Amino acid sequence: MSQLPARPGRIRRAPEGFLSPRDIREVAAGRRDFLRNAFVAASTAVAGSSLALAAEGDPAILDLPEHSKTLGRPVAERPYGTPSQYEAGLRRRESPGLTRVAQSSVSFAPLQGMFGIITPSGLHFERHHQGWHDIDPARHRLMVNGLVKEARVYTMDDLMRMPSVSRIHFIECGANTGMEWGNVAVPTVQYSHGMLSCSEFTGVPLSVLLDDCGIDLKRAKFVFAEGADGSSMTRTISLDRALDDVLVAWGQNGEMLRPENGYPLRLVVPGVQGVSWVKWLRRIEVGDQPWATKDEAVHYIDLLPDGTHRQYTSLQECKSVITTPSGGQTLLDRGFHNISGLAWSGRGRVKRVDVSTDGGRNWRTARLETPVLTKALTRFNIDWVWDGSPAILQSRAIDETGFVQPSYAQLRAVRGTRSIYHNNAIQSWKLAETGDVSNVQVF
Amino acid sequence: MSRFSELLLSAVLLCGSPGAAEAAGHFPNLGRAATPDEVKAWDIDVRPDFKGLPPGSGTVAHGADVWEAKCASCHGTFGESNEVFTPLVGGTTKEDIETGRVGAYIRGDAPQRTTLMKVATVSTLWDYINRAMPWNAPKSLTHDEVYAVLAYILNLGDIVPADFTLSDKNIADVQKRLPNRNGMTTKHGLWDIKGKPDTKNVACMKNCTSHVTLASSLPEYARDAHGDLAEQNRKVGAVRGQHTGGDGDAVATVNPGVALMKSQGCSGCHGIGNGIVGPAFRDVAKRYKNDKDAESRLVGHVKNGSGGNWGDIAMPAQTQVSDADVTALIRWILSGSPEN
Repeated sequence: MSQLPARPGRIRRAPEGFLSPRDIREVAAGRRDFLRNAFVAASTAVAGSSLALAAEGDPAILDLPEHSKTLGRPVAERPYGTPSQYEAGLRRRESPGLTRVAQSSVSFAPLQGMFGIITPSGLHFERHHQGWHDIDPARHRLMVNGLVKEARVYTMDDLMRMPSVSRIHFIECGANTGMEWGNVAVPTVQYSHGMLSCSEFTGVPLSVLLDDCGIDLKRAKFVFAEGADGSSMTRTISLDRALDDVLVAWGQNGEMLRPENGYPLRLVVPGVQGVSWVKWLRRIEVGDQPWATKDEAVHYIDLLPDGTHRQYTSLQECKSVITTPSGGQTLLDRGFHNISGLAWSGRGRVKRVDVSTDGGRNWRTARLETPVLTKALTRFNIDWVWDGSPAILQSRAIDETGFVQPSYAQLRAVRGTRSIYHNNAIQSWKLAETGDVSNVQVF
Repeated sequence: MSRFSELLLSAVLLCGSPGAAEAAGHFPNLGRAATPDEVKAWDIDVRPDFKGLPPGSGTVAHGADVWEAKCASCHGTFGESNEVFTPLVGGTTKEDIETGRVGAYIRGDAPQRTTLMKVATVSTLWDYINRAMPWNAPKSLTHDEVYAVLAYILNLGDIVPADFTLSDKNIADVQKRLPNRNGMTTKHGLWDIKGKPDTKNVACMKNCTSHVTLASSLPEYARDAHGDLAEQNRKVGAVRGQHTGGDGDAVATVNPGVALMKSQGCSGCHGIGNGIVGPAFRDVAKRYKNDKDAESRLVGHVKNGSGGNWGDIAMPAQTQVSDADVTALIRWILSGSPEN
């Protein structure tokens, strides 16, 4: 009983065992007297042990906690701050069995516990193709060559003296939600949508560097970005995109990039899948043809029902997901809930998000929280009172081009079920009478 | 207007209208011209039209030798292995080589997509082997070795004969035999910046469907396959995580030996129960079970490197690992590599 929450009438659903199946049925039926009785028993025990008189109320209030009666810890004890010990569950994690070797793998961001739109840098998802390195920035160089008047080399000193900009953008792996193309496969939003993050990036526009090298705009059609890691990750980017809003970035959320995110230099390609945001960026080449590199000719190609593969699929289309409540979670109680989630589009701003609690029959428009930025995560919220009956929660985003996030049926009608990449279908979470939320797909 | 943007603007004005090849170096004292040797050192990419391909050649037979020594431990002797990475070879036919379309996709009977079933450009393979292979020593192959290894892979797929010598002179002919060379399309809306979407949902608000059918639910084994979800959620707030079975929470119960092994990069070549480039840790423990000197000998192998004990690939000396860490790692390995 010591695990019981001390607030009367508040239920902590507990499959671990202090509620019997009968108790759970009572809760579902709205009969909660047994809990109130349990609370009285618990507070009586407290009164017996530490208070002379049986004061009535919450022990968390009545018994002054240690931190209210003792001296706290000094400044700069932790020169680089870390989250509370109570937040240890929210961390990036691998999906067991997805890959065989951790140097070419993925870790997913814990979207189920995050707020707002910014991803703390330590929780940013990871995808490495041949392991990560912590590169000495004093020895890092960026080269620009190809169809330019002069191939040039820049040090980090050079780049960081240039006129920089700071912009908030989402990054999503092209394979995000890829395990769900055919059927439901993973339990929580961390694994279904967690190859998604959003940061404020600081850097110099790639167009400024291309201009500095004297790009031959008559012949140039594509640029090629190459990393300095063992895989020397390479991707082709069309010139119109390269000249649009692409950044060569060193800053992330007010500090330098984290090593796992490309320290000291990475490409930021707003709206485009993460693999193109080449980390540990060492070289940009300007050319007149695409390169068909390994990660645009063997991987990151989308298999269609007719047996062809779409090559150079890059854009991340409009998509959204409810993060609270979401798969693997349990609602504490019936009554008021704030349904909260994320929406984003590689084509621009999110214009609207609708939420359904009945599996898509009826929809209500959610509130978009500011800021609503182009090619950035947008947080949406909507009030909801759960009456205890089963529900299926969905969100549907619409971007500024008018594009409406598709259903699974619509997406599969065009692209089949064998693709791995660019799954932006509407996500469904089933809420059972017990308060348990699970991952489902509906037609 | 900031000082910087004024500087930028004047720089743009100085070098004339855009559209023509412009002068370079607009920021006084920022950046410099690359030397030809520097460009040569880094500009290693090879395009589908073979721009960038260095001259050279290699035989299938030589490729087989290099393969056995440096590639087979991950990819299998015949490029068929699915143990570490997805298979390179398999699933293509003579007919595919003639048509340039992999029939298995069209028939829908491909159990798994291999590299040779996917790749449409032979330059891709040359470029990637050259820049990123072998796994634990990228960029260490000579150009001729890259040609040889590629010739070996192509022979495994019956794209070139066993007595073939692949070179910069004949690689364009090989391109004409790639099984999936006609299997790619760029006609879609996700490439061009103004590309058109291929789905068209409508934002209906009321009575949008008469009935909702559950098409797929999470299988019980999948619910339990990701550890204890209660430990992956906050302990306060609107919701709690569900307690799920599985093998417990990997992060909460991880053995310090596992953490040390991963942080020192050992997992790039060794698995706990499976070999990758090097042997599985548990196989090492088995072999040295009754050897009293095992600890000191294996400490030496890690610090100084060793070879010939488990195959052709030598283990490089791991001089970056401290003595204390090496000893801790070896003790953990010899104790059976407990995971928690």
